[in-house]
Amino acid sequence: MHEFISTWVARHGATRDKLLPLLHALQEEVGHVDDTLVPAIAESLNLSRADVHGVITFYHDFRRQPAGRHVVKLCRAESCQARGGAAMEEAAAERLGVRMGETRGDGQISLEPVYCLGLCAIGPNALVDGRPVARIDDAALERIASQVAA
Amino acid sequence: MTRVFVSRDMASVALGADALARALSDMGCEVVRTGSRGLFSVEPLVEVESEDGRIGYGPVQPEDVAAVLDGTHPNRLGRVEALPFFAGQQRFTFARCGIVDPLSMADYAAHDGWKGLEAARAQSPQQVVDAVKASGLRGRGGAGFPTGIKWQTVLDAPGSPKYIVCNADEGDSGTFADRMLMEGDPFCLIEGMAIAAHAVGATHGYIYIRSEYPFAIDTMREAIGLSAERIVPFTLEVRVGAGAYVCGEETALLDSIEGKRGQVRAKPPLPALQGLFGKPTVINNVLSLAAVPFILAEGADAYAAVGFGRSRGTMPVQLAGNVKHGGLYEIGFGITLGALVNDIGGGAASGRPVRAVQVGGPLGAYFPPSMFHLPFDYEAFAQAGGLIGHAGITVFDDSVDMAQMARFAMEFCAVESCGKCTPCRIGSTRGVEIMDRIVAARHVTPVGMEQAGSGYLGEALYSRAPSRIDISIEGQTALLRDLCDTMKHGSLCALGGFTPYPVLSALDHFPEDFGAPAPVRQAAEQDA
Repeated sequence: MHEFISTWVARHGATRDKLLPLLHALQEEVGHVDDTLVPAIAESLNLSRADVHGVITFYHDFRRQPAGRHVVKLCRAESCQARGGAAMEEAAAERLGVRMGETRGDGQISLEPVYCLGLCAIGPNALVDGRPVARIDDAALERIASQVAA
Repeated sequence: MTRVFVSRDMASVALGADALARALSDMGCEVVRTGSRGLFSVEPLVEVESEDGRIGYGPVQPEDVAAVLDGTHPNRLGRVEALPFFAGQQRFTFARCGIVDPLSMADYAAHDGWKGLEAARAQSPQQVVDAVKASGLRGRGGAGFPTGIKWQTVLDAPGSPKYIVCNADEGDSGTFADRMLMEGDPFCLIEGMAIAAHAVGATHGYIYIRSEYPFAIDTMREAIGLSAERIVPFTLEVRVGAGAYVCGEETALLDSIEGKRGQVRAKPPLPALQGLFGKPTVINNVLSLAAVPFILAEGADAYAAVGFGRSRGTMPVQLAGNVKHGGLYEIGFGITLGALVNDIGGGAASGRPVRAVQVGGPLGAYFPPSMFHLPFDYEAFAQAGGLIGHAGITVFDDSVDMAQMARFAMEFCAVESCGKCTPCRIGSTRGVEIMDRIVAARHVTPVGMEQAGSGYLGEALYSRAPSRIDISIEGQTALLRDLCDTMKHGSLCALGGFTPYPVLSALDHFPEDFGAPAPVRQAAEQDA
């Protein structure tokens, strides 16, 4: 991973403003930003470890632990609530066997809250492994469940 | 070969547009992927090119394509722009969205693209700034500050380089206009930024897009690549957010681009003078920048001629939540809230009565139907204790629990606070606690405890609380108002400062959900 970091920085530059793009790239490569990488990131961008740790923990997107094999992001914001989002959140947690904000014990599914996907007239909405799904009802939930079972 | 048009907008794809496009392609059609027209009740929509124009069918599914192509499908809509939803619109900013292939430079040029930039480059920077001032354009991101004044400050500011930053961190629930424009007409935003660059003397720009919009990120990156030569000497790049709502606040956004925690900066200095990397910076919302090509191409007067009071031009209104005909509706300021919700939106999708609408995202006020006469106008909404914000309207039917929505507003603020100022960081957490007490109390009125107010919290909950705390509902709502007052006046930015809007408007207009007596006018509404 240290080689990934040095290659990335050599290519994109070692200025402080590259921190977020680097963290995104790392997460895409590995799936999460491991705490053990913080010193290397800090050194490559000439930042303190506290600086890097502070940024990683500030943003909701960055994970410090691996996610499940499938990630279901369910919108919790007002527009989806207006269309029955809260009940769907409960149903999703039950159907997928994992609580909101957690990864299932077998590592198969992470269920995460998201605050608005910009699909506000056709909710409740989700992002299933990066693909948008609208108007989630019991049938849609069933399809999602079989998709993430694989 | 039959030419058909299917949207590639994230909402259309979420409703099955990709499978529809594949099915049409399998039938031998030439499929053009456009942005969305913005009426989601007919998505996925397919438009078939004919001698009479594009004939729409929607919603349709892959198994319907044979019936669509032979013209027998029952969901035939005729010419889409003739539908009532579109007939009343004034599309200045979204004129091309849903019509052109968003990544076709030829399509863009054929639909008046780059005319604004050409006109701007034939003028001096001051003339361009003057045109934007004369148009009356105000920041469409929520604050409503005059765009031309902001540009003038950057033009006059000493220092170089200067930057153009587009705030595409549209995190407000109920809003999706930025997303639709970036996915459906990305060159329009690029052109607007290039015009801004010419106007203030900037050479480089950033588009900060939230990570929740993967389609917009891909489309903008591709569009920047395609148009790079067209906008030289200006250069552009996309920066991707990382799931922090507060980065929609302009100074937090700047810190985030700089690679820091997205924390709010105290003002002054204004970003116009010391913005990104400490340099003079124009920071505008997507819709503000996307309005500029029209203004330069058609003239400031053409833009200013539409509108209401000091709110000039058009607003892309987003009808969201529990609404029958949800979508994007661009129209001049001045239309009433009720016309938008009921006439255009068709009321609640559930068929139940509309009880509340939230205008302007999670920091906007909730309004009851008795206030539907309000004209869509910055000043009128401010006077009524609300804000237009980014012009998202989220509709709720009568099943909504307004105390829970007030609690959610506080919870959202607590989750998303950047932590820099105490009223927002601590106040929101205390606000959730107060709301929990109110919600618990309104259901519990033990015999003999009526004197404690209309609700009582139960001794066990509060056995360790100092006796001075007034645990009646009246006491807790008084505490809530006091807390909101502190947050409103003591917070550094709109996140803590505006969270009182949804909380207090819910309490003022729907007190019965907080365990207090219902206002008299609710009864009158039910009779009407």
